[in-house]
Amino acid sequence: MTSAAAESISAFRPQMVKFARLQLQDDAAGEDVVQEAIEAALAGIDRFAGRAALKTWVFTILRHKIVDALRERSRTVQVSSLERDDESMDDTFDALFKANEHWRPDSRPRPWGDPHAALEQRQFWEVFEACLEVLPARTGRVFMMREFLGLETDEICSTLSLTTSHCHVILHRARAGLRQCLTQGWFGTEPAAC
Amino acid sequence: MLTCKKATRLMSDSLDRPLGRGERFNLRLHLVFCRGCRAFRSQIGWLREISHGFARWRGDGNGKD
Repeated sequence: MTSAAAESISAFRPQMVKFARLQLQDDAAGEDVVQEAIEAALAGIDRFAGRAALKTWVFTILRHKIVDALRERSRTVQVSSLERDDESMDDTFDALFKANEHWRPDSRPRPWGDPHAALEQRQFWEVFEACLEVLPARTGRVFMMREFLGLETDEICSTLSLTTSHCHVILHRARAGLRQCLTQGWFGTEPAAC
Repeated sequence: MLTCKKATRLMSDSLDRPLGRGERFNLRLHLVFCRGCRAFRSQIGWLREISHGFARWRGDGNGKD
C-alpha cells in the first residue's frame, strides 16, 4: 500500500511544489513543506483508507503545513515586511505578463471548471481559507472589509488612513492573488479523471 | 490601447467604483479581443460570490476559530 501510494504521490509532487512555492514565495521553503507533507501522508496512510481522493487528501495536509510555515514565519518577521510582502505579491503578478503587459501564453487566465460545484465542497472552502491566510495582513484585511463586511471603499480607506487610490491598488492585488491561488490550489489541480 | 495588466486593474476597480465613460469604452473594446481578460473578469466576479458563500460557511461553525 505504502509504495503504491508513494508512487501516486510522486506523480503530483511537481504540482505540490508549485503550489507551495507560490504560497511561501520561497523555493527552498516550498520544497521543505512538500517533503514534510509527503512524509506525514505516508506515515498516516493507514488512516487514509480511501476516504477521499489521495491527491485531495495529500493537498489538505500540504495546506496545513503551509499555514504552519507561514505562522512560524509571521512570528519572526520585521515590521518592514509589510511592504516586502506586497512587493513579492506584485512580482508574482507581474510575472504573468510579457514586457508589453499582455498575458504570457502559459499564464493567460483560462475559464475555471465548475465554480458552482466547487462551492458545494468542504475541501474548496479549506483551499479558499488557506488562500486568504497567505495574503499579506493588510491586503487580507482590506479585502475582507470590502467583501465579507460589504463596506464601501471610502469607508475602508478612512478607517485605515489610506488614500482611495491605494485602497484600489490593494483590492486589485488581493483579487489577483486570490484568483491565482484558487486557480493553482483548486481549479488547476483537480484530480485527473481515471 | 489598453494593456491586459491595466485592464485587470480596471476590472477590479469596477467592483468598487463606477468607471468613467472612457474607461468603460476602453475596457469593453479590450474584452472583445482578449479571452484571458474575459476569464479574469469572470473569476474576480466569482471571488465576490465565493466570499459571500465563505462568510456563510464560517457562520455555520466550519473552519478554524
